[in-house]
Amino acid sequence: MSQPQTLFEKVWQQHVVVEPEGEPTILYIDLHLVHEVTSPQAFDGLRMAGRKLRRPDRHIATVDHNVPTTSAQDRLVIADQISARQVNALRSNCAAFGIEFFDVQDASQGIVHMIGPELGATKPGTTIVCGDSHTSTHGAFGALAFGIGTSEVEHVMATQTLPQSKPKTFRINVEGKLPHGVTAKDIILEIIGRIGTDGATGYVVEYAGSAIRALSMEERMTICNMSIEAGARAGMIAADETTFAYLKGRRFAPKGAAWDEAVAHWRTMHTDEGAHFDREMTIDAAELAPNVTWGTSPGMVTRVDAMVPSIEDARSEADRKSFARALEYMDLKPGIRIEDIAVDRVFIGSCTNARISDLRAAAAVVKGHHVATSVRAMVVPGSQLVKKQAEEEGLDHIFRAAGFEWREPGCSMCLGMNPDILQPGERCASTSNRNFEGRQGRGGRTHLLSPAMAAAAAVTGHLTDIRKWPLAAKPAATEPALAQGGAR
Amino acid sequence: MDAIRTLTSTAAPLPLPNIDTDQIIPKQFLKRIERTGYGDFLFYDWRRIQDGPNAGQPNPEFVLNKPEHKGAKILIAEKNFGCGSSREHAAWAIQQFGFSAVIAPSFADIFFSNAGKNGIILVRLTDEQVQTLLSRSTANPNHTITIDLEQQTVKDDQGLHAHFDIDPFRKYCLLNGLDDIGLTLRHADALDSYEQKHDAAFWLAPKSDALVTATPETR
Repeated sequence: MSQPQTLFEKVWQQHVVVEPEGEPTILYIDLHLVHEVTSPQAFDGLRMAGRKLRRPDRHIATVDHNVPTTSAQDRLVIADQISARQVNALRSNCAAFGIEFFDVQDASQGIVHMIGPELGATKPGTTIVCGDSHTSTHGAFGALAFGIGTSEVEHVMATQTLPQSKPKTFRINVEGKLPHGVTAKDIILEIIGRIGTDGATGYVVEYAGSAIRALSMEERMTICNMSIEAGARAGMIAADETTFAYLKGRRFAPKGAAWDEAVAHWRTMHTDEGAHFDREMTIDAAELAPNVTWGTSPGMVTRVDAMVPSIEDARSEADRKSFARALEYMDLKPGIRIEDIAVDRVFIGSCTNARISDLRAAAAVVKGHHVATSVRAMVVPGSQLVKKQAEEEGLDHIFRAAGFEWREPGCSMCLGMNPDILQPGERCASTSNRNFEGRQGRGGRTHLLSPAMAAAAAVTGHLTDIRKWPLAAKPAATEPALAQGGAR
Repeated sequence: MDAIRTLTSTAAPLPLPNIDTDQIIPKQFLKRIERTGYGDFLFYDWRRIQDGPNAGQPNPEFVLNKPEHKGAKILIAEKNFGCGSSREHAAWAIQQFGFSAVIAPSFADIFFSNAGKNGIILVRLTDEQVQTLLSRSTANPNHTITIDLEQQTVKDDQGLHAHFDIDPFRKYCLLNGLDDIGLTLRHADALDSYEQKHDAAFWLAPKSDALVTATPETR
């Protein structure tokens, strides 16, 4: 019998093109996702070197980072000339190199990490890259998916491969049943808080255990999405019936007999009993609480019912310095209750938490309430498909009636490359993934949390423990009703 | 890519851990479609006064604005340098500002790769060694460090002598200024035969409805 292998090792092994002596492995890349920000210099590089795009059919492009979310018209004619130039560059590059492109008002447009799964282009057992660190999202399907820089984007375009040194493996088991009000976002924030923002550097993480298996695909994507926030090269969850049910019938999913054959293959793509991991840890789901970040790094996180920590709570000298700086930047004093922190803005969006189940969870909290007068709140659906689905379910009415702005899809205030930014000093409860200094706008202060908690903060005007919420509904466990990605 | 064997320079000390690529180059500069011209935007927000009547003016306290550190080709920082976003603009900005090397106890994976592609030398030393260099460069802006890539050593003018580890292939590429794509294309035959077999496993193709149109002409 052959040596037991991890899921990661199986995917890796099946994509080895060649292992030259003393050099990194040349790894085949099944799918490259392209967006406007990290690709123009790569296309230029190909042109300058006189190189072709090796496999146009293995690339999918969309615009997300730069696009305004205010109205369809604002997206078609982008007022910011530099942004417009970048979006236009992608348009013409995709036409010139023959890449399928989902433009601003296409029914399949959306954040690049939303549309891969929605189109069924993200498949178990494959290798997926994109010039964006949150490419780890696609690992939720049992793919090996990781973010790359622009030089590597060019490498993939020219060769459909990447030279890679083999990462180490790290299994994180989350066992048991999640308490009421605790979501996938709280699991991943907990993990980052425990191991630190460099805790998984050099590793590919596999998330396993009964609490992970019980999650929907959308929840699994939230977890894998933030793997990079723990420094991981990638995050993976083995495909199972939940995965197959999500993919079946989607535009780029195999059909008919090919589907059965694909599923048979995907069923082999899991970690074998007894396979070795370089590192392993287990978390008891029952112990978890809703989490909120208080500082300027996703690892600076605590339970919503706790207090802002003091510098003495730091685990090392380096952390003490970071804590002091973060407390100053965030304008917070140690010892104040997290729930007493008032917010000015609420952002429900991003590739972490802008899927239909996220919007349903937020809408369930908001329904029948109104956004606090001191708060400006917005919902930015992650994709056109999510926006359409939400509107069919009337979620947009619930949000609008409560005083939320209902926007067009894009990355928006997760990173503020488009006009959606915080003003200096503004404090935001955000469902996104990074609370770095200035991330959502220079001088802006970000608290990361789950969609339901963001919705509650919008209503009360301060960070709020969702477990106390009288109307808290359990987040919908169902997937979007077989939304047909890219039905144009 | 210019190859560097040894580098002797003063250094700019940045004694903070977890410096993320959003700080190295803020998002508003990622809208440009060029590969050059990022040097002026390095640590843009940290280089400027944030509040008050002088908001937007250069912050004289920030190390890169101090005249005594002008011309430093080595940046020293604490652990997990370059974490966060995959933006290669961070590596471009560091290089185009004038840095050829960064010394830190650890680097984030994607930044580590991006820096290598641009010929920036990343040196991993122990926490203790990095603290020594940080305090010496802070106390004395003329503190001079020599990085010898071939010998894998870091020495300074106050007696520090450290060895650092580097992947032999990365070292070879840095020393020879090699183009990665060219290196991969040495294996074109292996790639062709792998791809042929791999394509036969149709479910691995991203777009199953596009397969019929994937003729050899599109390669």
